[in-house]
Amino acid sequence: MVEAALQTPAIGRGVTRRSALRRTFGRKSSIAFLMTLPLILLVALLVLYPALYSIHLATLNKSMERFVGFGNFLFLFKRETFWMVVQQSCIFAITAVIFKALIGFIVAHFVHNIPSKGQRKWRGMLLVPWVIPPAMSCLAWLWLFDPSYSAFNWILDKLSIAAVPWTGNADWARFSVILVNVWIGAPFFMIMYLAALKSVPEQLYEAAAIDGANWWQRMWYVTLPMMRNIMAITALFSLIVTFANFDIVRILTAGGPVDRTHVFATWAFRVGIEGGDLPLGASVSLFMLPILAVAAIFILRDIHRRASEMS
Amino acid sequence: MSTAAITAAAGSARGRRYGSISRDRRWALRWSYFFLVLFAIFFLMPPVYMLITSLKTSQEISAATDPWWVHHPTLGNYIELLTSPTYLTFFRNSALVSVIVVAITMLISVPAAFALSRMRFWGSAALATGVFLTYLIPETLLFIPLFKMFALINEYLDIQLIDRWWVLLVLYPTLTVPFCTWIMIGYFASIPKELDEAALMDGANYRQILTRVFIPVALPGLIAATIFAFTVSWAQFLYPLAFTTSADQLVLPVGIVTSLIKGDVFNWGQIMTGALLGAAPPLIIYAFLMDYYIAGLTAGATKG
Repeated sequence: MVEAALQTPAIGRGVTRRSALRRTFGRKSSIAFLMTLPLILLVALLVLYPALYSIHLATLNKSMERFVGFGNFLFLFKRETFWMVVQQSCIFAITAVIFKALIGFIVAHFVHNIPSKGQRKWRGMLLVPWVIPPAMSCLAWLWLFDPSYSAFNWILDKLSIAAVPWTGNADWARFSVILVNVWIGAPFFMIMYLAALKSVPEQLYEAAAIDGANWWQRMWYVTLPMMRNIMAITALFSLIVTFANFDIVRILTAGGPVDRTHVFATWAFRVGIEGGDLPLGASVSLFMLPILAVAAIFILRDIHRRASEMS
Repeated sequence: MSTAAITAAAGSARGRRYGSISRDRRWALRWSYFFLVLFAIFFLMPPVYMLITSLKTSQEISAATDPWWVHHPTLGNYIELLTSPTYLTFFRNSALVSVIVVAITMLISVPAAFALSRMRFWGSAALATGVFLTYLIPETLLFIPLFKMFALINEYLDIQLIDRWWVLLVLYPTLTVPFCTWIMIGYFASIPKELDEAALMDGANYRQILTRVFIPVALPGLIAATIFAFTVSWAQFLYPLAFTTSADQLVLPVGIVTSLIKGDVFNWGQIMTGALLGAAPPLIIYAFLMDYYIAGLTAGATKG
């Protein structure tokens, strides 16, 4: 009784307070708009406008005076280099993301396995590749891959294995750029998966253990379903970033040998900025749009689902 | 009595079970450490190799003795770089750009996140999602149209933007603001409504609610966003490579790549020293604020 009596006025006050709050916030929607205005302007002028402008740019000729419609695209389709770039971009992004996810998953499990006292230290050490600016670490890899002074080849030589042309031969160069990308990106996956692993309630494992589940069954029926969302969203993010990657290929191989390692971004830079053909460069970079659109649809769906789960 | 007997029996049975489980666990632990050491070697080898090379003289590098060991350690490369005006210019440009970009980012994204998380207005939900989607548009798609836009601005308004370091102050916020706004929305939304009600009862206005309640409470998020903005600005490579060319306008990543590599002559000792010094600021921030750094990293996907 006493509790109920105490509660009623509190509820009453809460309602009036809520409505006062709503009134003050609601009336000031113009202030809210002003507060978001810099953000809206920034996104509209420096992201959305250029994105649309690049579509317009892609329909002009090299000196940007004449409308050529799909001329640039038709020109690209006829070039062998373009198809090589398409192929290499896909191989690069897909292989790199698969290995990043795999290594991230495995390392996250090992970190999760050890006593929580030491986890911080290991996690801190293993994230270092992600923290170093990619341009800087790529220089280190470039030096490790150096044709005449490669430190890897020195080790291989000690083991009497023939020297590897890390960036000299097309296949090895492809392997090298993917290796460096995996090295930079795997720690990010590790951190995300570790966070996901920590969020799996311990009771589920206990319940599974009582039911006599072995390691594989626990992994397959408990861990993976609980981590599915974070795994998918991390892979999707990484796919976008990897597909649009510039730094690694640019510094390690600059697209060579003979354009074999170019991805969309580096080739667009070569053609557009260095070659002075901005419309053609814009057309090349526009080919990144489809994959972005697909990824955006998936991410939007995920956001909406979570929003509806929360409300 | 009987219950005591049962628990005792159960206890001993459990003890035996635990014995085998703990033996399994010990082995799992050993293997975990073994593989963690392997992965740590893989992950830390390039930075360690940078350090090794940076301590060598050019003679020792070109003599091609053991690349993994320093026989005559010297700080010559560090002294040379830290007294070279070009390198210090790069460092100054990088520091200026990053610090100002962080300030711009916070000034834009904190009020916007506050408005989007607390004040509902027409289109606010769509705007929040839209901001997140713009984060997905990569800079590699935008640099060509932006380059042309800035060339046109120079043509019509006579404002020279290309090949000036401050052009980066315009460009970098496109990379930092959407993500920072997004994670600040997440942090602000997690603040209980009762807090702003209480502030409102005490007669606080909007500015006061933001500065006295939201910013102090969401400080961890603010720090995470600041670290994100700083590291992104510090590491950005494509925009400065495309938009700046004169040696005195370059920032660190581009400066090292373009100016320390002279033709085909690679002075690797200096390049590694420059790269290591360039990697130092993010690494130092990370070493001291690791938890905030990781919070910012995971916020993007888990709060999404």
